[in-house]
Amino acid sequence: MRHLILFFAVLPLVADAYETKLSGFIGGELRYFVSDAQFENQFNGLQASLLLQPEVQLQADKGNNQFSFIPFIRLDSRDDRRTHGDLREAYWRHIDDQWELLIGVNRVFWGVAESNHLVDIINQTDEVEDIDREDKLGQPMINLSAQQGWGKLSLFILPWFRERTFPSKDGRLRSQPSVERDVMYESTAEQGHVDFALRYSHYLGDWDLGLYYFTGTGREPRFLLNESGAGLIALYDQIDQLGSDIQFTHGAWLWKFEGIVRSQNEDEFSATVGGFEYTLYQINDSAADLGVLLEYSHDTRDEDPAKAPPVIFDDDIFLAARLAVNDTQDSMLLAGISIDRNDHSSVLSIEAERRFGSRWSVELESRWFMNIKEETLLASLKKDSYVGLKLLRYF
Amino acid sequence: MKTILQHKLLNTLIISALLVTMSWTAAHAQTEEQRGFEISARSDRSDRGFGDSRVVLKMILRNAAGKETTRELVLRTLEIPDESLGDRSMIVFQRPADINGTALLSYAKILEPDDQWIYLPGLRRIKRISSVNKSGPFVGSEFAFEDLTASELNKYKYKFAGSEVCGQLQCDRVERYPQYKYSGYARQIVWIDQMAHQIRKIEFYDRRGDLLKTLLMDDYREYPGKIWRPHHFLMRNHQTGKSTELVYSDYEFNTGLKDKDFAKGALSRVR
Repeated sequence: MRHLILFFAVLPLVADAYETKLSGFIGGELRYFVSDAQFENQFNGLQASLLLQPEVQLQADKGNNQFSFIPFIRLDSRDDRRTHGDLREAYWRHIDDQWELLIGVNRVFWGVAESNHLVDIINQTDEVEDIDREDKLGQPMINLSAQQGWGKLSLFILPWFRERTFPSKDGRLRSQPSVERDVMYESTAEQGHVDFALRYSHYLGDWDLGLYYFTGTGREPRFLLNESGAGLIALYDQIDQLGSDIQFTHGAWLWKFEGIVRSQNEDEFSATVGGFEYTLYQINDSAADLGVLLEYSHDTRDEDPAKAPPVIFDDDIFLAARLAVNDTQDSMLLAGISIDRNDHSSVLSIEAERRFGSRWSVELESRWFMNIKEETLLASLKKDSYVGLKLLRYF
Repeated sequence: MKTILQHKLLNTLIISALLVTMSWTAAHAQTEEQRGFEISARSDRSDRGFGDSRVVLKMILRNAAGKETTRELVLRTLEIPDESLGDRSMIVFQRPADINGTALLSYAKILEPDDQWIYLPGLRRIKRISSVNKSGPFVGSEFAFEDLTASELNKYKYKFAGSEVCGQLQCDRVERYPQYKYSGYARQIVWIDQMAHQIRKIEFYDRRGDLLKTLLMDDYREYPGKIWRPHHFLMRNHQTGKSTELVYSDYEFNTGLKDKDFAKGALSRVR
């Protein structure tokens, strides 16, 4: 906290000498759950939120020293654990001819697939934001990278672990029973365990390739029942994971593959996701492009959430269409369905986005849980189909 | 005898005349294509030797009713001296605010599709994208991606088509035919001035052969090293009535950009 105060005290002083940029967004989100709740305590109907994410970026020395500061706050009307703040970024990055060094809090994304972000591991998921695992908590790190003709090598030292966020007992889109605030760790160092990752990435012609090794506290917890049996305790294990992401880009085809091998809780398992994205350009002589996506996910981990972190995409097919209208408002529509091959439980997602004027954007997001079987992981979500509307003003 | 001799002479004369005509025609035909290439090469090469550049540009999109939308972006270019390879470019969007930080990295190729990556700042994600869609509109504008990148000399076959006055200058008119795959054009007509050898106007004909768009380039400024750059582009689409204007700030050359600044990994840190 003292560092934060210092940062703000020094900010206006250095801002003059540096190239400064303030941007970000403020907005509101409204979600409507179409069915009444499945469990006691859960609310019905509307859930309203306010969002704020200012972004301060400074750079000096022709961009060779960069500073980023991005706090995030959500105030939620229905779920006190969805009301939360996070430091998405707060770092200093130095860029040299042969290497670059980043110290502070940052977000790093790895992967190529659209339905399942399997290899992405540096940041913890901010699950109360959305269940698609694309919102991430800022991760403290020291990151040293070298970019050479033979590719990019990146070393991550991750000194502080971030716990996953979960909805409260009152919230929708939660497990049953809900996840308590108490957590357990395999390591006695708990949150202070220092994790490491080393990643190599490069591209050769039509091929883009990434390969990494991670050792430390796994971002995905297992879940144990608490003493009263009325809540779940998240347990974070020490894991070793090898991961790879590969994309082959040819013509209008993108062929994608992600795979991991992980040891966790004295078990070893592998998981993969693979598929393609094919784009039909300028359909019907219009400016619009239509993308067709097909992906298949497979996971060999133990199905008991007390033994291995629960996973939805264990044997699932994802089919989607993406329409980019290519107009001045950058209108976009994405509709996708994910179907479990065994029990046919399905999740349909519809997302649309459009800009209004030069500073406003509106996003529609809707998820429909269909044909959900009782004994499955998605059973606790079967009454949680919703339509969401997000209005953001960028500055 | 005399008649035969005369006859022979006449024959020789006719044959010689015929040969001269034929060779003149052949030479002339070759000249039109060669001349078209030479004019284009002189124009293209007059822009070479800049090393690297950085420029801020404003894109003003107008629909048929005249309603405007504006985009602002930074364009960095790294020159690759080898003419059989294309230049490298990095585009970073600054406005509208919701796409601030979105970046596009391109390694231009001559006849093959370019290598392209996009950086999506919302997800902090770098994505390799397909580049076969050269003829589609670039960010909703009247510029296709190929209009912005396809100035490489060897992307076309050329044909000289005459000279004429263009504004206050004298221009050569050159027809050029895209040789790269996935072009949206059957041909283009390019007006190149005879003074600074710069392109002043381009007409784009679609694959059906109809006039699709006209591009006017002006506000040329000369930078050290005899490097000319236009600072104003106006693209009019004749079939939709829409237009796009590009307004460039002053160029900065030799800003010290290197290969590493155009590496795929640089996308996440470019501002």
